[in-house]
Amino acid sequence: MTDHKPDVDEHSGTETTGHTGDGIQELNTPLPRWWLFIFFATIVWAVIYMVLMPAIPALPGTGMTNTLGTRGYSDRALVAQELSALNAERSAGASALVSASLSEIENDLSLQQFALAMGESAFGDNCATCHGAGGRGAKGYPMLADDIWLWDGTLDGIETTLLHGIRHTEDPDTRQSAMPAFGRDGLLSDKEIEDLVQYVLSLSGGSKDAAAISRAAPIFAQQCAICHGATGTGNRQIGAPNLTDAEWLYGGEVRDISLTIHNARNSHMPAWQGRLDEATIKALAVYVHSLGGGEK
Amino acid sequence: MSLFNRHATLERHSLLLTVGILVVVAIGGLVEIAPLFYLENTIEKVQGMRPYTPLELKGRNIYIREGCYVCHSQMVRPLRDEVERYGHYSLAAESMYDHPFQWGSKRTGPDLARVGGKFSDSWQLDHLMDPRSVVPDSIMPPYAFLAKKTLKFEGIEDDLKTQRLIGVPYTDDMIANAKSDLIAQASPNADYDAEDALVARYEAASGRKGTLRISDYDQNPAEITEMDALIAYLQMTGTLVDFSTYEAGDLNNRR
Repeated sequence: MTDHKPDVDEHSGTETTGHTGDGIQELNTPLPRWWLFIFFATIVWAVIYMVLMPAIPALPGTGMTNTLGTRGYSDRALVAQELSALNAERSAGASALVSASLSEIENDLSLQQFALAMGESAFGDNCATCHGAGGRGAKGYPMLADDIWLWDGTLDGIETTLLHGIRHTEDPDTRQSAMPAFGRDGLLSDKEIEDLVQYVLSLSGGSKDAAAISRAAPIFAQQCAICHGATGTGNRQIGAPNLTDAEWLYGGEVRDISLTIHNARNSHMPAWQGRLDEATIKALAVYVHSLGGGEK
Repeated sequence: MSLFNRHATLERHSLLLTVGILVVVAIGGLVEIAPLFYLENTIEKVQGMRPYTPLELKGRNIYIREGCYVCHSQMVRPLRDEVERYGHYSLAAESMYDHPFQWGSKRTGPDLARVGGKFSDSWQLDHLMDPRSVVPDSIMPPYAFLAKKTLKFEGIEDDLKTQRLIGVPYTDDMIANAKSDLIAQASPNADYDAEDALVARYEAASGRKGTLRISDYDQNPAEITEMDALIAYLQMTGTLVDFSTYEAGDLNNRR
């Protein structure tokens, strides 16, 4: 047992456990000091950590989830702090954006530079997903770098679109209109749609099928002119595109236009009010306005 | 070193050693597990969380089946850059009806915890049909086949019951009307009574308005496809909790 006087191995000078087998003694070599020291240091560190940092689940009735630690560290408090520091850094520029009108921003060089920089980074994550890098657009998603606008290409108009979206039904101030699905809902026959496609193409000089065009003229006057105008130049009040400019959001092939008339196209842009703050929306309006087609 | 010599006593009595090990392991277990039984707020209290509608639940199942979580996380971490890009950091409460949760740890694509409502339904559709048609440098594979697959939901009541078994508070009413709710959410302007019933049921569970959207997500009114379900789910993610009433500074919400 443990009370016997430990034997010492002559050769190494180390204590033995007293076990022998086949004449071989088992040495009781102690753990290296450096290892032991680190081991105890980790235990001491754990105790210090438990005091300083949130660590131990709280007891029932204390109303807390865990001990908060003397340093009061919290990831969430830290991120709130970092964000408010970031906002403070931006606030000079951002509050100037909020208080200035859009045209004032555009006419003040330093404000404009600030808005463009801020708008560009916000555009990259939030807008470019649909409208493409630099606003180059995609099929079904309008190009923002040209001078063709479905609704409004002025600074205020762009801001309204950003704030309230297009056909964003949750927002009562959204830009709203609905093209009927002429084919799907049985308003026009397939043959009538076929003729109408030729008529629509002819508005931009894309069709020479005189017979079809003359057959479709009364249909256009009756069904389409109320929104797209008697000459097909569109109506920005209701986002009805100009059909005479040979620019096609959903493609200008016979098949594309036929699909458009058959199923209708009522694209939706989410409202960004609430998701983005006021300064960011203003910066985006200035940025989009600057892309190439901004109107006075 | 007498204290260390006593260790030999422990080492030489196997029963004593076993009891000693049990005591040490039990301390760890007690500290880590016991609080979960008495703490009321390991999940913070929030306004707005509700169980997923049958269509969203189906979409979540497709999300898991297609392995979306392999490339997309659903966890906005409390770091400045993430909050700047994705919005408010994720709360435990937002995953409380996820079995299993979809936090993930791999971001080949962007985080999806707050993608709901960020883009239009038609963008989600175009992007799933052919990601490169809208994001030219995307490396995401296309999921166009989902639009051709009719959604099978004969067993939707059982799906809801299973969820209830593991703690999601589906009511008897929700389970009984699961099929009609599923159809109503993907078929706008078809059956107004069913739509109203669906909205009433799930808004009551949520405790606030505006947590439920009805839309023909895949723009194909002829049938309800797996695309409908997946987009319905994506458009809901991260939109349920009302952050205007969430007190980040509350001691109970400190993490």
